[in-house]
Amino acid sequence: MNKHMNEATITQTIETAPGTPVIAARGLDLTFQTNDGPVHALRDVSLDIAKGDFVSFIGPSGCGKTTFLRVMADLEEPTGGSVTVNGVTPAEARRARAYGYVFQAAGLYPWRTIGGNIRLPLEIMGIPRAEQAERVRRVLELVELGGFEKKFPWQLSGGMQQRASIARALSFDADILLMDEPFGALDEIVRDHLNEQLLKLWERTGKTIAFVTHSIPEAVYLSTKIVVMSPRPGRITDVIESPLPKERPLDIRDTPEFLEVAHRVREGLRAGHQDE
Amino acid sequence: MSRSLLPVLTVLAFIGVIWYAAAVALNAPWAYDKAQRAGVELTLPALVSDTWAQDKPKLPAPHQVGAELWETTVQKKVTSKRSLVYHAWITLSATLLGFVLGTGLGILLAVGIVFNRTMDMSVMPWVIASQTIPILAIAPMIIVVLNAVGISGLLPKAMISMYLSFFPVVVGMVKGLRSPDAMQLDQMRTWNASAAQTFWKLRLPASMPYFFTSLKIAMAASLVGAIVGELPTGAVAGLGARLLGGSYYGQTIQIWSALIMAAALAAALVGTIGIIQRVTLKRMGMA
Ligand SMILES: Nc1ncnc2c1ncn2[C@@H]1O[C@H](COP(=O)(O)OP(=O)(O)OP(=O)(O)O)[C@@H](O)[C@H]1O
Ligand SMILES: [Mg+2]
Repeated sequence: MNKHMNEATITQTIETAPGTPVIAARGLDLTFQTNDGPVHALRDVSLDIAKGDFVSFIGPSGCGKTTFLRVMADLEEPTGGSVTVNGVTPAEARRARAYGYVFQAAGLYPWRTIGGNIRLPLEIMGIPRAEQAERVRRVLELVELGGFEKKFPWQLSGGMQQRASIARALSFDADILLMDEPFGALDEIVRDHLNEQLLKLWERTGKTIAFVTHSIPEAVYLSTKIVVMSPRPGRITDVIESPLPKERPLDIRDTPEFLEVAHRVREGLRAGHQDE
Repeated sequence: MSRSLLPVLTVLAFIGVIWYAAAVALNAPWAYDKAQRAGVELTLPALVSDTWAQDKPKLPAPHQVGAELWETTVQKKVTSKRSLVYHAWITLSATLLGFVLGTGLGILLAVGIVFNRTMDMSVMPWVIASQTIPILAIAPMIIVVLNAVGISGLLPKAMISMYLSFFPVVVGMVKGLRSPDAMQLDQMRTWNASAAQTFWKLRLPASMPYFFTSLKIAMAASLVGAIVGELPTGAVAGLGARLLGGSYYGQTIQIWSALIMAAALAAALVGTIGIIQRVTLKRMGMA
C-alpha cells in the first residue's frame, strides 16, 4: 500500500517536474511551396529542450536552423508534426510573450535611443512607465551597457548594438531566448567577449536558450546540448550532450574535453554532408 | 558657405549673360522695324540699348524685370491691386489650403492602401489614372461646377491644388509605410503587437523620410495647381491672373515678374519644408 502510493507520487512528480521539456518537437515537417516547386525545409524533426538548457543548432546553410527557430516562435507554420512551447502551441506561447527572439541583425530603430529601443516591447506590452525605466536600467546593466541609455544606435559599435538587441529581448523577462546567429556579423574577438557575457547571463538568469550558429567552437563553448543538422531535407543528424562543466572560462577551448566534443560535432557535420 | 557661393554666383552670371544676349536677339526685329520706319540707321550700341529697354519686349531684360518687381513689391502698398505681394498672397493662401487638404487626403489614402488589400487593388489604379488627365482640361470644369453650387474664391483653387498634391503624398507614404523590412515586422509579431501599435511605433516613424520628400513635391505641385486654378476664372487676383492679364495685353515684363515671384514662392515653400525635414529627421536620429 505504502509502496504503491509512493510510485504514484513519483509518476506525478515526473510529469510536473522541472525536467518537463520547455520545448518539445515531435515529427516536425515543413515544406515551403515556392515557384520552383516545394522546398523541404524540415523533415521529421523531434527534439526536447529542458528548462535551463542552452541548445545550439549547427549545420550547413539551408539546413533549416532558422526555420526551426521560427516555428518555435510562431513565425512559421509547420506542415506536419507538432511542437509545444511551455506546454502550449507556439501561437499561444507567443501571445503569452513566452520568448524573446534575437535576430541576426540588431534591428534597432534609428529614431529611438538605446533606452527607447529596449522600452519598445515594454510599451507594446503595456507595462507601467516607472517599471519600464527600472527594467531598462536592469537589462542594460546585464549586457554591460549601463550609461548608454540616451545614445542613439548609430553612436554604438556593431557589437554593442547586438548587445542592446539582446537586452531588448531580455527586457520583458521571458523564460525562453531564441537567438538566430546573433553574433554572425561580428569579428572573432568581439564574438569571444559576447559569448563569455552570454554564458554569464544565462547562468545568472537560468533562461532556456536556443541558439543558431555556424561556428563549431561557439556551439561547443556555449551549449549544454548541441544539435547537428543537415540539409535537403533539413533534419537532425546528431544530438550531443556536452560533458563540459557549467563554469567555462574562455581557455576551456584548449582542453581535451572541449576538443573532443568539437571533433564529434565536426564528424556529425561531415556525415550529414556525405549523405547527400 | 563661401565654397558653395562661388559656383552659385558663376551659374547666375552665366544665366545673366545668356539672358541679356537672348534679349538682344529676340527683341532686335522690333528695334530694326522702328528704326526703319523712323528712317535711321541703327548702330550696335543703339540696338543693344533699345532691345534692353522696350515697353513690350518679346523677352524683357533682367533689369527690366527687376525694376518691375521692385516697383510692384516694395513701392506699392500690399493691399493695392497693383501690388505683386497682394497677388502672391492670394495664390499662396490657395496653395497652402490645397496643400494641407491634399496631404491629408494623401495620407488617408496611403494608410488605407497599406492596411487594406481591397483598397490596394481598387484605389491605386484610380489614383494613378487621376494624374493622367491634363489638369488644364479639368481645372475650368472644377471652377465652373463649384461656382454653380455657389462655391467660389479660395476653395475651388485649393481643390485643384489638392488634386495635384495628394498624388505624390499617396505614392511616397505607401512606399514609406511599407519600408519596414520583414525582420522588423516579424519582431513586432514576436512581441504580439497589434496592427495599430505596429503602425504608430514602426510604420509611421519609418515613413518620415519618404513623407518629407513627398511633401516637397506636393508643395510645388500645389503652387502650380493654384496658378492654373486662377487662369480660367477670369480671375482678378493672384499670380495666375497676373500671368493671364499680362499675356492679354502683351505685358511681358508683368508676366516675367509674376513668373519670378512664383518661382521665389516655390523656392521659399519647398525650402521651408526642407528645413523642417532636416530638423525633424535630425531629432529622430535619422539624418
Ligand atoms: N519563406 C521561405 N520561402 C521559401 N523557402 C524558404 C523560406 N524560408 C526558408 N526557405 C528555404 O528553406 C530552407 C531552410 O532555410 P533556413 O533559412 O531555415 O536555413 P538555415 O539553416 O537557417 O540557413 P543559414 O545557415 O544560411 O541561415 C532553405 O532551402 C531555404 O531556401
Ligand atoms: Mg538562418
